[in-house]
Amino acid sequence: MKFTEDHEWVDLDGAVITVGITEFAVEQLGDIVFVELPEQGSEVEAGEDVAVVESVKAASDVFAPASGSITEVNEAIADNPSLVNEDPLGNGWFFKIKLDDPDVCNNFLDEEGYRALTQ
Amino acid sequence: MTNIPESNLCCTPLHRQHLALGAKMVPFAGYELPVQYRTGIIGEHLHTRKSAGLFDVSHMGQILLWPNSGNPADAALELEKLVPADIAGLRDGRQRYGLFTDAGGGILDDFIVARRGNHFLLIVNASRKAQDFERLQDYVGQCCRLQMLEDRALIALQGPESGSVLEKLVPGAADLNFMESRDFMFQGSALWISRSGYTGEDGFEISVPADVSEGLFSDLLEQKAVQPAGLGSRDSLRLEAGLCLHGSDIDDSTSPVEAALEWAIPDVRRIGGRRAGGFPGDARVLSELADGAGRRRVGIRPEGKAPMRHGTVVHADQEGRRRIGLVTSGGYGPSVGGPVSMGYVEIEFAISGTLVFCEVRGRMLPAKVHSMPFIEHRYNRMRRPDREVH
Repeated sequence: MKFTEDHEWVDLDGAVITVGITEFAVEQLGDIVFVELPEQGSEVEAGEDVAVVESVKAASDVFAPASGSITEVNEAIADNPSLVNEDPLGNGWFFKIKLDDPDVCNNFLDEEGYRALTQ
Repeated sequence: MTNIPESNLCCTPLHRQHLALGAKMVPFAGYELPVQYRTGIIGEHLHTRKSAGLFDVSHMGQILLWPNSGNPADAALELEKLVPADIAGLRDGRQRYGLFTDAGGGILDDFIVARRGNHFLLIVNASRKAQDFERLQDYVGQCCRLQMLEDRALIALQGPESGSVLEKLVPGAADLNFMESRDFMFQGSALWISRSGYTGEDGFEISVPADVSEGLFSDLLEQKAVQPAGLGSRDSLRLEAGLCLHGSDIDDSTSPVEAALEWAIPDVRRIGGRRAGGFPGDARVLSELADGAGRRRVGIRPEGKAPMRHGTVVHADQEGRRRIGLVTSGGYGPSVGGPVSMGYVEIEFAISGTLVFCEVRGRMLPAKVHSMPFIEHRYNRMRRPDREVH
């Protein structure tokens, strides 16, 4: 698992990444009450805001960590946003992207690098 | 970790306890205050509705008003020059909701005023307390002595179990009726307790000397029914209860009638009343009381799950061709189990059930105008000796 500076996690499987938000992000957001997901099949650019996560306090964007097409979204978190609080790195995943360029993953932070960012 | 915030924010006398309880602290109106504790906003909200939540609201201004003559009627009549409420008719041990209006009929602040024997206590918003004090000094300073209390904390205990909880620590407190206010002794100090709050639930607001506030706060927390609750749940509770937040829902650009606060202006201050008008902005306020205003504060219930927050534009149509209003407060309502908002709409749309469209991230999402409160008030009205009804 890799991480971005926007507090998202990325799990690479072949040319497809699964994306979610980190435990640190969830801790900062508090109770999550609403999630808006991108459309399956849509093309996204790296850095584009493609999803929204709203806690009781505020709304935050979720960015595409890399360019590609959305192959799958996690409807379970749209139905039950608290899943993101309960299991951010597992059942609380957001969407999957088929990467235009799989090598882009080398640019992400490893766990140590991300931990340094949050301290 | 120290208990002094990094910036030059003020601390309440209970700051150390918030940190010990694991609170997440945020800046608010110049204070560092707990937005939530370990339970989280939703949990604290639901616990308050079910049992009892304990809030530190010491940031609010506590102002005493003493008539130089010793006759409280003199202070009351002076205060009525600033406020369209019936202060002269306020009996000892009772309190009321009031508004400071400006010359244009806008709302400078909202507050609670309690009659305490020969003087009055005003509880005003933290962000407005300096301006309120100055305005009071200008208008009533000739006939009254004013005192901003810096040495008392203010604690709110809210929820259906708050009466039985407080009775254990302060015998007799549970006998208070809604909007009644009296003094009680606690560990040798006087507590000024009123049965009131900002959640829509039964509950108490307790003014306590700063040096005994930590003891009272921790004694209350030791009660099984009580959990600490932060600003986050305070906001979602008052939103569901349909209560205004000054600076968001009401300010100097909104009038009492637009804000649907007619209930705060009794007949005696209206046209035909014995002390009609005589407050800043009375021409506009009295005419709006008679004829209505062009827009009105209403509840707005989104049809979907997306919260519609402060600043969201309200339209009459899905194409967004006709703008009819603005959301002034909105978020997730834990007891409603979905998003709730309040805001202003043109008067012809201010009818429960009217379909409107709110612009959220570029999309027009359906919502319905909704009566308020979203969650019924459950105040303790054992008898109704007075007319503070809303």
